[in-house]
Amino acid sequence: MKKEIMTIISNERLTTGVYEMRLKGDVTAITAPGQFVNIALAGFSLRRPISVCDVGKDELTLVYKVVGRGTEYMSGLKKGFALDILVGLGNGYSVSKTSKKALVIGGGVGLPPLYLLTEKLFEAGKLVDVIMGFNTKSEIFYADKFRSLGANVTITTVDGSEGIKGFVTDAMTGADYDYFYACGPLPMLKAVEKNTFGKGQISLEERMGCGFGACLGCSIQTRNGAKRVCKDGPVFEKGEVIW
Amino acid sequence: MVKTAVELCGIKLDNPVIPASGTFGFGYEFAEFYDINILGSISLKGSTKEARFGNPTPRIAECPAGLINSVGLQNPGIDEAVNKEYPLLAKVYKKPVIQNISGFSVEEFAYCAAKASESDMVGIIEVNVSCPNVHGGGAAFGTDPDRIYEVTRAVREVTSKPVFVKLSPNVTDIKIMAKACAAGGADGITLINTLSGMRIDLKTRKPVVKMKAGGYSGAGVFPIALKMVYDVYETVTLPIMGVGGITSARDVVEMMLAGATAVQIGTANLIDPYACKTIIEQLPSVMESYKIDDLSKIIGGAH
Ligand SMILES: Cc1cc2nc3c(=O)[nH]c(=O)nc-3n(C[C@H](O)[C@H](O)[C@H](O)COP(=O)(O)OP(=O)(O)OC[C@H]3O[C@@H](n4cnc5c(N)ncnc54)[C@H](O)[C@@H]3O)c2cc1C
Ligand SMILES: Cc1cc2nc3c(=O)[nH]c(=O)nc-3n(C[C@H](O)[C@H](O)[C@H](O)COP(=O)(O)O)c2cc1C
Ligand code: FES
Repeated sequence: MKKEIMTIISNERLTTGVYEMRLKGDVTAITAPGQFVNIALAGFSLRRPISVCDVGKDELTLVYKVVGRGTEYMSGLKKGFALDILVGLGNGYSVSKTSKKALVIGGGVGLPPLYLLTEKLFEAGKLVDVIMGFNTKSEIFYADKFRSLGANVTITTVDGSEGIKGFVTDAMTGADYDYFYACGPLPMLKAVEKNTFGKGQISLEERMGCGFGACLGCSIQTRNGAKRVCKDGPVFEKGEVIW
Repeated sequence: MVKTAVELCGIKLDNPVIPASGTFGFGYEFAEFYDINILGSISLKGSTKEARFGNPTPRIAECPAGLINSVGLQNPGIDEAVNKEYPLLAKVYKKPVIQNISGFSVEEFAYCAAKASESDMVGIIEVNVSCPNVHGGGAAFGTDPDRIYEVTRAVREVTSKPVFVKLSPNVTDIKIMAKACAAGGADGITLINTLSGMRIDLKTRKPVVKMKAGGYSGAGVFPIALKMVYDVYETVTLPIMGVGGITSARDVVEMMLAGATAVQIGTANLIDPYACKTIIEQLPSVMESYKIDDLSKIIGGAH
């Protein structure tokens, strides 16, 4: 983990309520896809945890949804604005667990960390199928970006306005993969655990006090004892979390 | 060169800045961020006789100037703390530490104090009386002067180390509680623990934390903590560790003027892992700007 002052390069709306923020600064503390950053916002006591969506040389991309006052404040920030960010938090996904082909499953704003993951899977010479779940067509973002990495993308929408009608699990029948990775809302993760064969990893969210392991605000029960979502997670093995 | 050192029950601290229990784990994880030997001491995670998972999540709610936590004393148990966590800390920290202990019965407090006292690393035992007394209908030990007296006595009997009793602010008159500590044989008093508080989520119309309520801490509690330290300083002659809402070197000076011999910093560490380091580094220049050459000389200076 590193505390960095990063400068906004751009902060643009992707679709209704979802924004992509690019920041400039030292990103060397990021060591795996699935890690997150914790952003201090003026006027707010707690930092806001957001997943690393992509990294480049001295560059970080975040994709976030406006759900409350903190993310609303973020959406109004302009190019050149400096933010105090804890960079490189959490364990992240392990790319090496996939031998040949990975299934990547994301729901809504669970997708951002899966973008860097997919990039890293391709870099490691694996094949990747991606299932993206949304409520409706107008919410879709990043489908083309995943495709341009080379991923085979399937979209599901709850109302059927695009792709397969239903949930991500409705697109999983017949899928062929040797390892899976998932991130999204809790009901989706539970359904994914039930409907996937073989092993995989899921990423959890929890309300956080610190984001770096000090307060025990984010502890969950797992088959391997109590774990902190922020430090021992946010990525856990399938079957590890006691729901 | 200004002097930042203070003395707490015969233990010399290089400076009065101590991370507060529950916000710094068992210390060693912060060694990733900076050399923690710059700290005056460390108050370790509150430990109980048995290991505890604590409360279900959500355990944290944001507040305008701080946060509410309902961690529920998650800890590995005092035996595991001493056997497994202390060796990890010993590798990166060379000064005496403060072991914060808690219990749900008087016997549990005594057990934890005795166990922690076996370690040479422990300089001070800090007794957190803010938890419910299972034999007393669930009311917190810290809200009843008789129970405070009883717990203090029990801990005093099993250890030769200095005993600080950490008081809860959720009482009608903190001075009565402080007198009970003194009568029970405490060597010092730490105050304050968190204030009882709640947030409600407007979307779900339910309390944010799963346990409904929790303890409020952070910048917003500073004036409350300061006043309690001020009042207790006038009530008993015991040294005081002042805690609650400290976020800057100026706050440290203010808390010492109110009567604290040393200070603890909690929530500030969670928002900025370098908070204690920054405060320690700022201390000399802040002292100079207020013409303080020896910090130990300003203790209680506001009275
Ligand atoms: C590891 C991790 C990675 C995340 N990655 C992303 C991401 O890439 N994109 C994205 O859009 N969102 C992500 N989130 C969720 C994001 O942190 C919340 O949406 C955000 O904190 C809400 O802040 P707010 O002020 O707008 O909402 P408010 O509801 O006003 O926030 C109040 C408090 O609750 C906390 N909070 C609210 N919702 C959540 C939540 N779902 N998870 C954790 N804390 C919450 C806030 O941090 C704040 O402390 C992630 C969460 C975690 C834990
Ligand atoms: C997440 C968290 C955990 C805490 N755990 C303990 C504990 O185990 N024992 C204890 O005596 N106090 C505990 N406290 C209280 C702090 O040590 C401190 O007294 C309080 O937070 C006020 O100081 P602050 O405003 O600087 O945080 C905890 C506080 C927080 C925020
Ligand atoms: S949020 Fe503090 S330990 Fe995880």
